[in-house]
Amino acid sequence: MAYREPTDSYERYIPAKTPVIEPGHDYESVTEKISGLVLTQHTGRWWIVGFFISFLLVNVLFISIAWLLYKGVGVWGINIPVGWGFAIVNFVWWIGIGHAGTLISAILLLLKQDWRTSINRFAEAMTLFAVASAGLFPLLHVGRPWLAYWLFPYPNTMLLWPQFRSPLMWDVFAVSTYFMISLVFWYVGLIPDLATMRDRAVLKPIKYIYGLMALGWRGSARHWHRYETAYVLLAGLATPLVVSVHTVVSLDFATSIIPGWHSTIFPPYFVAGAIFSGFAMVLTLTIPVRAVYKLHDFITLRHLDNMAKVMLATGLIVVYGYFTEAFIGFYSGNEYETYMIRNRMFGPYAPGFWSLMLCNAVVPQLLWFRSIRRNVPLLWAISIVVNIGMWLERYVIVITSLHRDALPSSWGMYYPTIWDWGVFVGTIGLFLANLFLFIRLLPLISVFEIRELVSRQPEAGNLSEDEGKDNAMIPGIKPNPAGGDA
Amino acid sequence: MPLLAPPDQRGENDLNVMEKACPHHESEANEAPDAAAAPEFWRSFNELADTAPFREALHREFPALASEWRDPVSRRNFMKVMGASVALAGMVGCTKQPEEKIIPWVQPPDRTVVPGRAMYFATAMPFGGEAIGLLAESQMGRPVKLEGNPDHPASLGATDIFAQASLLTLYDPDRAQVVTNAGRLTTWDGFVKAIGDEMAGQKLNAGMGLAILTGAICSPTLKDQIAQLLKRYPQARWYEYEPSRSQAAGRAGDPARPVYRLEKARRIVSLDSDFLESRPQNVRMIRDFAFGRKIRAGDEGTAGATAMNRLYAIECTPTLTGAMADHRLAVKPSVIKQLAKDLLAAVQSGKPTPAQTGSPDDAAAQFIAAAAADLLEHRAESVVVVGDHQPASVHALAQQINMAIGAVGTTVNWVAPANDAASATAGTLSDLVNEMRQGRVNALLMIETNPVLTAPVDSNFVELLTQVRLRIAHSLYYDETAYYCHWHLPASHYLESWSDARADDGTATIIQPLIMPLYQTSTPHDLLLALLGQRDTTARDTVREYWRGLGLSNDVDWQAAIEKGIVPNSAYPSVKPPTARADESSPDGDSPASDGFEIVFRPDPSIWDGRYANNGWLQELPKPLTKITWDNPALISIDTAVHKLKLAPADNPSKANGRMVGIKYRGRSIEMPVVVVPGHPDETITVHYGYGRNRAGRVGTGTGFNVYSIRCSDAMGQDAGAQIEVGSTSYPLACTQEHQMMEGRDIVRVVPIGLFGQASEHAPESPQQTERDLEGVDAESEQFRKIPLTLYPEYDYSSGHKWGMSIDMTSCVGCNACVIACQSENNIPVVGKAQVMNGREMQWMRIDAYYTGEAADPQGPYFQPMLCQHCEKAPCELVCPVGATTHSSEGLNEMVYNRCIGTRYCSNNCPYKVRRFNFLQYSDETTPVVQLGHNPDVTVRDRGVMEKCTYCVQRLNETRTDVKRLEVEYSLARSPEQKQAIRAEIDREMSRLQTACQQVCPAEAIVFGDLNYKDPAGRPSDVTRMHAQPHSYGVLTEYNTQPRTMYLSRMRNPNPALAPDVKTQNVAPHA
Repeated sequence: MAYREPTDSYERYIPAKTPVIEPGHDYESVTEKISGLVLTQHTGRWWIVGFFISFLLVNVLFISIAWLLYKGVGVWGINIPVGWGFAIVNFVWWIGIGHAGTLISAILLLLKQDWRTSINRFAEAMTLFAVASAGLFPLLHVGRPWLAYWLFPYPNTMLLWPQFRSPLMWDVFAVSTYFMISLVFWYVGLIPDLATMRDRAVLKPIKYIYGLMALGWRGSARHWHRYETAYVLLAGLATPLVVSVHTVVSLDFATSIIPGWHSTIFPPYFVAGAIFSGFAMVLTLTIPVRAVYKLHDFITLRHLDNMAKVMLATGLIVVYGYFTEAFIGFYSGNEYETYMIRNRMFGPYAPGFWSLMLCNAVVPQLLWFRSIRRNVPLLWAISIVVNIGMWLERYVIVITSLHRDALPSSWGMYYPTIWDWGVFVGTIGLFLANLFLFIRLLPLISVFEIRELVSRQPEAGNLSEDEGKDNAMIPGIKPNPAGGDA
Repeated sequence: MPLLAPPDQRGENDLNVMEKACPHHESEANEAPDAAAAPEFWRSFNELADTAPFREALHREFPALASEWRDPVSRRNFMKVMGASVALAGMVGCTKQPEEKIIPWVQPPDRTVVPGRAMYFATAMPFGGEAIGLLAESQMGRPVKLEGNPDHPASLGATDIFAQASLLTLYDPDRAQVVTNAGRLTTWDGFVKAIGDEMAGQKLNAGMGLAILTGAICSPTLKDQIAQLLKRYPQARWYEYEPSRSQAAGRAGDPARPVYRLEKARRIVSLDSDFLESRPQNVRMIRDFAFGRKIRAGDEGTAGATAMNRLYAIECTPTLTGAMADHRLAVKPSVIKQLAKDLLAAVQSGKPTPAQTGSPDDAAAQFIAAAAADLLEHRAESVVVVGDHQPASVHALAQQINMAIGAVGTTVNWVAPANDAASATAGTLSDLVNEMRQGRVNALLMIETNPVLTAPVDSNFVELLTQVRLRIAHSLYYDETAYYCHWHLPASHYLESWSDARADDGTATIIQPLIMPLYQTSTPHDLLLALLGQRDTTARDTVREYWRGLGLSNDVDWQAAIEKGIVPNSAYPSVKPPTARADESSPDGDSPASDGFEIVFRPDPSIWDGRYANNGWLQELPKPLTKITWDNPALISIDTAVHKLKLAPADNPSKANGRMVGIKYRGRSIEMPVVVVPGHPDETITVHYGYGRNRAGRVGTGTGFNVYSIRCSDAMGQDAGAQIEVGSTSYPLACTQEHQMMEGRDIVRVVPIGLFGQASEHAPESPQQTERDLEGVDAESEQFRKIPLTLYPEYDYSSGHKWGMSIDMTSCVGCNACVIACQSENNIPVVGKAQVMNGREMQWMRIDAYYTGEAADPQGPYFQPMLCQHCEKAPCELVCPVGATTHSSEGLNEMVYNRCIGTRYCSNNCPYKVRRFNFLQYSDETTPVVQLGHNPDVTVRDRGVMEKCTYCVQRLNETRTDVKRLEVEYSLARSPEQKQAIRAEIDREMSRLQTACQQVCPAEAIVFGDLNYKDPAGRPSDVTRMHAQPHSYGVLTEYNTQPRTMYLSRMRNPNPALAPDVKTQNVAPHA
């Protein structure tokens, strides 16, 4: 009963879809399964090992930051001409990763793609942690981090304001707004589930903590009404951010006059790249979690398939960006632009460029094939390749553009130091450690939204066969499908 | 304290005593940079054994610091920690010298000493036997900047890198601070007493065995004191040794020497003379040379100048002179004499043709014939300049050519010192070595010389030295020589001393101190006074007395001479040139061509013969052509690297840079890295001496390679017969400009002089330069600028100042003086080799050297001083999120250090990459003595802050303040006369305003000023007129940066008879 064969001619033109979740679930089994991951299941050995390794990396981060603050940014490999190195590369990479979460939760919500339900919670958490990791870098990379608050417009005795012409200034607003909205969106989405946790928890203190966080949710119709309104509003707020944040990040580069940065293609190309890398990261993380927690019923092959399709589409936009950059480099007739492209392709950082092409332009083309999209280990490998590729893309953009610009006399090379790697690996540790805690402490799949899906499954019994079909084609949100346990 | 150890403890035992007493000895034993530089003499049985426990013991002595010496950054840390204690220890140990009143002023004090206002005192810096006149800027009693003395013939207001950097040496915490005897701290009085006893003993046998070795002395008073000493001890001897000076250029016994007058020369032939570099005459030589290269279109009735001198350079190692030459012939050193002969023959023949000359190949024959024809065509307006290190025979040939072309008396004069009896008696180092070998020296006094480092290796100087009964060293540092001496007497810096010094044309300057000696130091005069037993006389009195007999009889004259910085009428009289010694049989320079490489020894361009090894500014100064810092790689040609040694592929010869090679020469060998230099002759290797010191101080110890270890007494300049073995390893070199090809970009515009003023019909120099040079482009870019390509409103400068700069690349010879001057003026820190390797050098100014053409056969180099361009539409200003870099109302692009949080976005967005960032804490803010040397008008920057050229805003501010005050006075003045006088004063203030780089520039290539300013006659300022020149252009104006710094294109004056590609052509030796 996985899915119906098309029965009439009309349906033949519509791609057959697998259901969003596997059949055979009712409200109880969904709630039991997901909340049980947190409340009843023993802490798995893999969790302990994984968290321990992440925690070690967090310590690497702390040590790297301490040394950085003690000695100065000179512990990194940056120099003149390459004034920005790993810090900015990682910043852009992490911010990009965050985008998938917002896209999945906000845009797909507004577009009523109900397959998002199984992965949105996890993706939003990923967004938060990625943005938190990203946010570290702009603070740490400045020469005098203790004065970084000067980036914020606050009234002060010197009557000085930040300089609003600088894209770095816009960055501050874009990233902080993004983090704020993502946090609120994520938390609001958590409230009904926190209530579920509260109700199912056995131990008093845990009940108490979840209760506090649930903000008195009782699942009344009024609650649901308010909730839905707030959630859609927040989604509406978050949606432009998906586009704006990476656009602003790209303007850091595009408004400069460095050949290789100064390019009008950057905003769309960065946004596409961000979604590309974000979905890759969601896949990279979801696939193991799905396997370990046996969530195949909720995160189905259809989810993976859809995500792979988004990756393929955004990947193609990114490749178009590469092509345009190269084309304009030669077409412009500007000797600096032309040299920049030649230098990327054949200069000292050429291995990075060609690896990037392999990772981002060649390998994702495998996703044209349905069999590969549904081959979970292979998909996982491709997602990791894309993650690496997108990191390389930022490396190539930042480093190769800076290291050889207008005057050959100032050309130089950039070699990352152990402290560059330390901070980078450390933020990966921070990100993973946060995710491990999240998995252990909060329902990683939205319980009530899954219940909502269950309610719409034909075999749930409360919908006719035809209604189920309609819903599969035109999914909609139905108010108050299930309510809390209360 | 006994002067001597008992007889049974002499020799090695002496050294053992010293070793136990002085911790320096042990701590430094482990820092010999390489095996070649390690002392050949063991100092204890343990060291002889050189066992692991011994090494461990050494480390244990200073466990925390033992490894810190290597890394400059850690060394800096160490300096911070130790500097304070060392300096304070020195201060405590210092016996205050009797105070002397220093009254004279260059500008007589119309106001009393005002804090924050600089005062200038005339003095002079002795250097290698000659002096350069200086004006020292004093801020509250501390010299903080040195400028040239415009009245001094060797300076003419400019200086060179050494004079600029000598200030840092004054405040070097590594300077020797206390008199030591056998490694124990003692006092000057202790020495005076001990030497008194010794001299009493010497008196008994008339000074037999007493020897004094000095560097080249330019102080007539000191010479007179030595003469007195020799008179009193008739058997004593004085020896003079200057490692970088050959005996050839009219020295011992023949004091007459040539003084060139390049400002009168329209054709110049350089016979392996790096007269733009060879100290200390170079400052005046550059000024005179550049005088003939100021190409200007006339404006407002002025005539302009479109004539240009032409320089032919025949040289081996590429030098600045060769770089500036219109035609350059790169030859092996052994060929130069032959070419000199050919040139003489060609000149004598009257109508030279290539066929007449016996030159090794066609290219050289053509070159010689063309040069000779050109010389003859400009009789009495041309000159041949010969290299100091060339053998006497080449000097003689050059002199003959100069006579044949009528140069003598016009473009070259001969002078001879009068009444210099003492110099005639001076022996050479080889004389001293002979005496020592025969055991005839029992007491050796070494004054401001470091023979243990610099003596030719075949003289075995250290071995001979350790056999001398009494060894005394008088020097600024506890150096290699001091280490082997019983007594070390710290020398006063010249800025702490009373003395006098003669320039190379004989003009004398009274050296007056700018500051009390910082430590327990003495001058050579004090030392001679002690030897002479004149205990009650001071150095000042001695100098005063000497000059009393020579024109400064009364105090008014004396005062005037000190104020002015020169003693009137003290220049040497002109003499007839000596009869040319066509010493054909002279063996030097005639070394037969052999299979191996020819080897050329030259002093290092930055740290000279090693005496400035501990000077961070100079260590970190990029060498003019290679842009290497902190090291002295050997130089080889592209062809040698690619084809002979196979170190690099033909399309990328620079891959060979840093490859280690072993140079085998006369049974000795040295391993050092090579660097490829375009224009170097093939199968020749140039090595620079001065590096590889093991007792220079914290900055200089262990940098580079000690070339003295293969330099022999009979081939101090060049020789044949070196073998090169390619090693497999590489050595990290810190280079500030790794990429020297211009990549076909329009950065330095090079234009033949024939095209000046012509808009069209010119032959291409290279395609991209053709299209853009002269009027065509600039008209276009002017128009380009009028299109409002910016959202932001234009600035309004209609009232007030509008600063601008113009740099003439035809004049600029790339001497680097501006780089050091800027560093000195603006408190720019030294960062160390590791940081330079990482691209973090801090100099606000750099001299870019570019080559054009193919990598395998490049043309150039062309120099371009690069500093903040102060763009009108500055890309840096827009991107700073906190507004730390802003546009001033006078058009400056300003850095607000306090506001900078260090995003480095401004640097990324600067197409000129002239911004410098404090990646780490580079400024030494703790060592007390270092703080004394900072310019109080300029902030010392902390870590995490961006910095860059400010157009010396502190100087602008000072002038602006003065001018504003005068303007108020002007408005209040009643009578027209008063107004006129005040107006004249304003003009004087404005014309006195100079940036540090401008002020130091010997070529006067940098012009700075107010673009709004007009003098009373309505004439615009110099810089406005430079900007209006047809060959003035801005770099990278296509970015719409609208720079305030404009460049005048590099003009070349090629001889039409010569194909342009001869410039860097190689010439093989005799077939």
